[in-house]
Amino acid sequence: MATINLAINGRPRTVEADPQISLLTVLRENLDLIGTKYGCGEGQCGACTVLIDGRAQRSCITRAETVGQKQITTIEGPAHGERLHPVQEAFLEEDALQCGYCTPGMIMSVVALLNRNHHPTQSEIIDSLNGNICRCGAYSRIISAVQKAATSLAKSEIGTGARQ
Amino acid sequence: MTGDHIVGVSVPRKEGRDKVTGRAQYVDDLTLPGMLFGATVRSQVPRSKIGKITFGPGIAWDEFIVVTARDIPGKNVIALIANDQPCLADGVVNHPEEPILLLAHSDRHLLPQAVAAVSIEYDQLPALFTVEQSETRSEVIWGSDNIFKSYLVEKGDVDGIWKKADYIVEGEYKTGAQEQLYIENNGMIASFDAQQGMTVWGSLQCPFYVHKALMALCNLTADKVRVVQMETGGAFGGKEEYPSMIAAHAALLAIKCGRPVKIIYDRLEDMAATTKRHPSRTRHRTALSKDGRILGGEIELTIDGGAYVTLSPVVLSRATIHAGGAYYWPNVRITAKAVATNAPPHGAFRGFGAPQSLFALERHMDRIAQVVGLSPVEIRKRNFLQPGQMTTTEQTVREPLDLVRLLDRALELSDYHAKKQRFAKENELGTSRKGIGIAAFLHGAGFTGSGERNLSSVVGVEGCADGTIKVLVSSTEFGQGTKTVLCQIAAETLGLPYENVEIAQADTDQVPNSGPTVASRTVMVVGKLVQSAALGIKQTLMGSGLLGDSYSAEQFRSACRTQVAAHGQFRSWARYEAPADVFWDDDKYRGEAYAAFAWAVYVAEATVDMTTYNVSVDDFLALQEVGKVLHPVLARGQIAGGVAQGIGYTLYEKVIWQNGRMQNGQMTNYIMPTSADLPVVRVFFEEMGNVHGAFGAKGIGELPMDGPAPAIVNAVEDALKVPFDSIPLLPEDVFEALLAKREPQSVGGVR
Ligand code: FES
Ligand code: FES
Repeated sequence: MATINLAINGRPRTVEADPQISLLTVLRENLDLIGTKYGCGEGQCGACTVLIDGRAQRSCITRAETVGQKQITTIEGPAHGERLHPVQEAFLEEDALQCGYCTPGMIMSVVALLNRNHHPTQSEIIDSLNGNICRCGAYSRIISAVQKAATSLAKSEIGTGARQ
Repeated sequence: MTGDHIVGVSVPRKEGRDKVTGRAQYVDDLTLPGMLFGATVRSQVPRSKIGKITFGPGIAWDEFIVVTARDIPGKNVIALIANDQPCLADGVVNHPEEPILLLAHSDRHLLPQAVAAVSIEYDQLPALFTVEQSETRSEVIWGSDNIFKSYLVEKGDVDGIWKKADYIVEGEYKTGAQEQLYIENNGMIASFDAQQGMTVWGSLQCPFYVHKALMALCNLTADKVRVVQMETGGAFGGKEEYPSMIAAHAALLAIKCGRPVKIIYDRLEDMAATTKRHPSRTRHRTALSKDGRILGGEIELTIDGGAYVTLSPVVLSRATIHAGGAYYWPNVRITAKAVATNAPPHGAFRGFGAPQSLFALERHMDRIAQVVGLSPVEIRKRNFLQPGQMTTTEQTVREPLDLVRLLDRALELSDYHAKKQRFAKENELGTSRKGIGIAAFLHGAGFTGSGERNLSSVVGVEGCADGTIKVLVSSTEFGQGTKTVLCQIAAETLGLPYENVEIAQADTDQVPNSGPTVASRTVMVVGKLVQSAALGIKQTLMGSGLLGDSYSAEQFRSACRTQVAAHGQFRSWARYEAPADVFWDDDKYRGEAYAAFAWAVYVAEATVDMTTYNVSVDDFLALQEVGKVLHPVLARGQIAGGVAQGIGYTLYEKVIWQNGRMQNGQMTNYIMPTSADLPVVRVFFEEMGNVHGAFGAKGIGELPMDGPAPAIVNAVEDALKVPFDSIPLLPEDVFEALLAKREPQSVGGVR
């Protein structure tokens, strides 16, 4: 067992866990942050995507111990109370989801994309979502949602705050 | 009344907010106090007697709960159709993933080593792995002849037509297995209490299938079994019958240890052990007149059912009824069978047999066109079913069907003719070849034949104490939009805002049995019942004078509140009744196979890279007639999603088998298309004025799985002038075929 200190959604969290343990397991089993999903455990589906220092990473293949110094954001992070993040709003408005199981990971990938690229082209969007599988096949609505979110982030003053 | 329509409008998805915030609760997100975790020890061999079982060293076995077949309180079966599949193997195994014993522990991370430490001695028996091996009966592995089920459909006089034929065209077509690959793996939690009975929570499509299976397995009465559907992360048929197995396992462990037990499959176990689409082989022999009209034909269809019956008879039924497609067959004989092999049972997957037989047929139509010397368009137009004609099962087409118009519209929208010409010209140069292909097809909505009558589904609508409305159904949401559309239907019927209607969680203690959520039946069949039950609510309120002929949402609310305050629980029920004119003969397999058919023409444009032999789909047009579209965004989503899975089925997804076991059961080596591989699917709807389901809606969910494979393979043939008759079609298959440069087989069949 090892003591692992983490910074998740802006809060310090400490867990006692096997040093080999994945970030995904820590989130779900130790911290009850169950919005992040397991789909494959081998970095292929993207359901477990979280932000690590603003970049989209697969938490299933990230050892928790290696990210102690970094800022981690999970799907529980972006909304402020009942006020959704513009990406979440856009997913709702475009109905960019069906079963919803890929959605948390998909949204985190999109947040990361829009953090680094405020006006992604269609092919940049497709590229950045290549690691997120949606078996329901909601891709075209997801792409529309990304475009919509980009526009609303650009328009809103708080957009920069939300980008964070 | 609000006066605004709700049906036909894309209202927000009921569970959308929970899904975008990560709050939606899937089964692995639920933790019960004192809960243990379960795991399954499976066979490692395809067919064998089971010998000694040893619990190896290095594991604290006294901390584990162990369950074997001996611990089953009731019958050792997963009750479904034939009741031949054991819950846990007892003495013999019939496929290499068959469950033998179960373990549980409070630390889920200790389970994999424990499973690996159980060793089982096997006394192996010869096994069968293909349809062809099963047909030889070199071993009898099921019943007396390895045949789970067979059907014979006969119309007219097939034997008499061959001598009248100007052309006889033959072909053999094959389709592979396909993994559903919902992103949420299968999972279940069970909790048992001698007083309360058994409760399970899980990722599932059909609560009452699980309910039935648990009653038989645990020897419990109906009121002592409760099944609750959690948010379900995709299903596509893959959570139709298999959840009964996992529920059974969790239930046995829960009974043994007296604590709740959760079983969640990891991706490897889910891919290896759960059901896949049935592999198939279809043979066509068709007699045609000089001018390309079908005089008649023989269709021989065989599907590989795996080791146990499970749903194969029903999958085979749908495959059989769809084998003649959207065409008029004056004479036809369809012989169909599902055979046993020593692989895990194949099962439900969107389309349910129809994608297999329609792939064969729509490839065969292109072959016929070549032999007869007509275009793929013309051969179809000359043979399309027309109003008043009868299908292969002698169901009369009563709707104002106009398939020629549907096809012409699809050709126009896809710019088919211009593209076909342009590609032919451009293909003479360059390092790639382009082609365009079509598929015209149908999909029956609802249960086959007498199925809906036997199900006799019930739906409830409740007027609640706060004046809102609640829909009570066991129909489940797994992404398709069940919750949203059924609420729309109730809201529209009652003239209330969509927000005033909610839907109950699919919990067998709380909702009636509205049947399984399969077969594209929810909107058409269940939706219609929601409509009648909702009308019952309105009539009661009007009858008791609480509501006038026209009312506002607020007046309705207050009427409803008054009703509940005065009389208590306020519910209205509707039960399915088969229309009087629906006739079906199960023995002869003749009659009204489905209450309604959806019709479609799909056009695919494909490019073959002549260096890598990679095939890509550049444009995909999906035009369909599905009756009234109740929610355009959801409906489009269903079509685009189905087409994406169809493209995977055609060009990417190959299950590699070795001795009955999937060899590539990982997302790294079972390849499916991602956003980068998929074209934008252009979805169009046509309405022909149908009167079947709620507000005229027909089924929609499965239809889009049927068309992509033949349309794409027809496009590849158009590009390369080489026929391909089996899917998946991978670059190596294209390469080999080009190498062989073989002549189209059908040339041999020309008279
Ligand atoms: S669970 Fe991490 S990528 Fe699939
Ligand atoms: S919404 Fe189901 S996997 Fe994406």
